[in-house]
Amino acid sequence: MEDMYHMDRAMTGTQDIKISARDVNVYYGEKHAIKNVSVEIADKTVTAFIGPSGCGKSTFLRCINRMNDTIDIARVTGNILIDGEDITDPRVDPVQLRAKVGMVFQKPNPFPKSIYDNVAYGPKIHGMSRNKTDLDEIVERALRRGAIWEEVKDRLHEPGTGLSGGQQQRLCIARAVATEPEVLLMDEPCSALDPIATAQVEELIDELRQNYSVVIVTHSMQQAARVSQKTAFFHLGDMVEYGETDKIFTNPEDPRTESYISGRIG
Amino acid sequence: MTDLNTTGAAPGPRKKTSLMVQDARTKKRNAAEKRFRLYGVLAIGIAVLALVTLLASVLINGSSAFRQTFITMDIYLDPAKLDKKGTGAIEDIAKVSTFGYAPLIQQAFETVFEKDNIGVEGMTPKTAAELISPEGSAQLRRYVLANPEEIGDTVSFDFLAGGRIDGYFKGRVTMASAELDSNVTPEQLQLADQLKDAGVLRTKFNWDFLTNADASENRPEAAGLGVAIIGSLYMMMVVLVLALPIGVAASIYLEEFAPKNRWTDIIEVNIANLAAVPSIVFGILGLAIFINFAGLPKSAPIVGGLVLTLMTLPTIIIATRASLKSVPPSIRSAALGIGASKMQTVFHHVLPLALPGILTGTILGLAQALGETAPLLLIGMVAFVRDFPGAPPEGLFDPAAALPVQVYNWTQRADPAFVERAQGAIITLLVFLLIMNTVAIILRRRFERRW
Ligand SMILES: Nc1ncnc2c1ncn2[C@@H]1O[C@H](COP(=O)(O)OP(=O)(O)OP(=O)(O)O)[C@@H](O)[C@H]1O
Ligand SMILES: [Mg+2]
Repeated sequence: MEDMYHMDRAMTGTQDIKISARDVNVYYGEKHAIKNVSVEIADKTVTAFIGPSGCGKSTFLRCINRMNDTIDIARVTGNILIDGEDITDPRVDPVQLRAKVGMVFQKPNPFPKSIYDNVAYGPKIHGMSRNKTDLDEIVERALRRGAIWEEVKDRLHEPGTGLSGGQQQRLCIARAVATEPEVLLMDEPCSALDPIATAQVEELIDELRQNYSVVIVTHSMQQAARVSQKTAFFHLGDMVEYGETDKIFTNPEDPRTESYISGRIG
Repeated sequence: MTDLNTTGAAPGPRKKTSLMVQDARTKKRNAAEKRFRLYGVLAIGIAVLALVTLLASVLINGSSAFRQTFITMDIYLDPAKLDKKGTGAIEDIAKVSTFGYAPLIQQAFETVFEKDNIGVEGMTPKTAAELISPEGSAQLRRYVLANPEEIGDTVSFDFLAGGRIDGYFKGRVTMASAELDSNVTPEQLQLADQLKDAGVLRTKFNWDFLTNADASENRPEAAGLGVAIIGSLYMMMVVLVLALPIGVAASIYLEEFAPKNRWTDIIEVNIANLAAVPSIVFGILGLAIFINFAGLPKSAPIVGGLVLTLMTLPTIIIATRASLKSVPPSIRSAALGIGASKMQTVFHHVLPLALPGILTGTILGLAQALGETAPLLLIGMVAFVRDFPGAPPEGLFDPAAALPVQVYNWTQRADPAFVERAQGAIITLLVFLLIMNTVAIILRRRFERRW
């Protein structure tokens, strides 16, 4: 187990580029929230975004699945390529994109429907199952990967909103992976969770890395260090530093990164 | 009221005080709170009192409209009078007018006088027959035309007593008032008393009040709400079929799809203003557009329904938008985030959550429309309509009345018996409103989900 972990880490350097952002700028009305950010995110890797509150981590994350389109005043410039295709191209339908780029939100937001329907909704609208048995299988697989199957397998038809906060968040993760996305964006997925649930989610993220490119926003340095291979540090809309997690945390280049990590700004 | 402006306590160390005694400020605050509670209780008391007085007066005055005095008589359907040629042909029988049936009733009174040994000095069967509503002969004629084979038989009929006789048993008419009244004599009232003792005359529940059409000025006892109820129902149908889909579609578009710019702002303000336009203005609009311009018939439920639709739309739109707004945005991001389209997001997730609010708003809008009178007066729904409209959809173009207009109509008539009926109509209207509000509450409970 330990060995494999290290092997994976060693391999990240040779990974393919999954997402490539070039000169991305985001404006909320007059406010310049993201300034000229360029970053390359590798496949089958966990990339952490860290930085003080309000620096634009969520904003940048939302660029990757074009959720900023749903904010009236938001304007995005620059290019973001996924597998070499520019998703900011007007020909790209954001709905199709979001099936490929899943997202888990900061606050657990299950639908006020049954646990089963929560997970089955995505596969249903994307026509991923031919019949009920298919769908049952997809739901079970997703719930297992969300590390919540054992807790809910006997109450699949109870409302998802009746679960505890931590369970709801894992349900949302299961819901996001049920559509088999290639990229999973997670915006502070553990901010509402206790240490046990956090550990479960972190374990899950590590597992998801086998198949997906995971981008996670977090306020916890320890979490970033534990789960990610690459880390990007944002500050006031700029991406100050980006590199191997180990290096960022032990030997940062920029003084701002250093002071943030050591707890002096934030 | 609050003491915000008197917080200028002197700086420095606080004096040590006991919690066991209230200080002056606490006392003052508690007194203010007590006073406020008293005002609240008083306000509620006044509101409840007004409501109770209103309901009690309507119920006391109106409930008698649902009871009616009937006189039961055995009528010999005399062939000599009804079928003079003895052919039994329906055309010949139909030639006998309502007047031709009056002698049959007089005959029946004669029989009653002999059999039960009752009668008042100097009263002829002809004046006795005036106890029965003019509707009685018409009722007989209808029956005979429907069953011509029964001519020659003796059939038992429940006749409506005349309005004055009915009023006598409801306390509206007294011996003293009968002296002055050209429509009834004290002797007739005496006879009515005797008939009651003999069991011929009874007061019983009157379904006809809900099913009959309106009746003319001189026979209030026969007037019913049937046409008005159907007219109101038809209008509600039109409103529901038009206002609900249009209102909900408009709200969904405005709330979920429309770009937020100056135009949508203007539309928004106008909808809010439209809700505040006096209803009579909608009546004038309806008269000008639907009747004068589009050439739709007057007094028709379709026109009434269209006018009420215009009036209800803003209410429905405002209620729908409010309930769409109250759906947490996180639900929308959740759906969009797993690749649902905007439309799927709205119809699969947002709309079901907003449904209780939409339904409640719609039903309250309908209830408001049901009680609306002013615009209907302008489009001719106030006309006297005796014929029931046909079945929809054609029936929507037939003349009809409406419940609140019927109330207005009856209060305008001279005979006091109509006042009682107007109150009865108000009770009916209130019952309908009560049912609608109950349905709204039940729907709300049924569909409401927590998130
Ligand atoms: N919908 C919006 N409308 C206007 N301004 C916004 C909006 N969302 C974010 N901003 C602004 O953009 C900047 C970046 O916000 P963002 O949410 O990306 O920060 P963040 O790094 O995710 O912060 P946090 O760690 O607190 O979540 C902030 O200054 C914020 O005020
Ligand atoms: Mg954020």
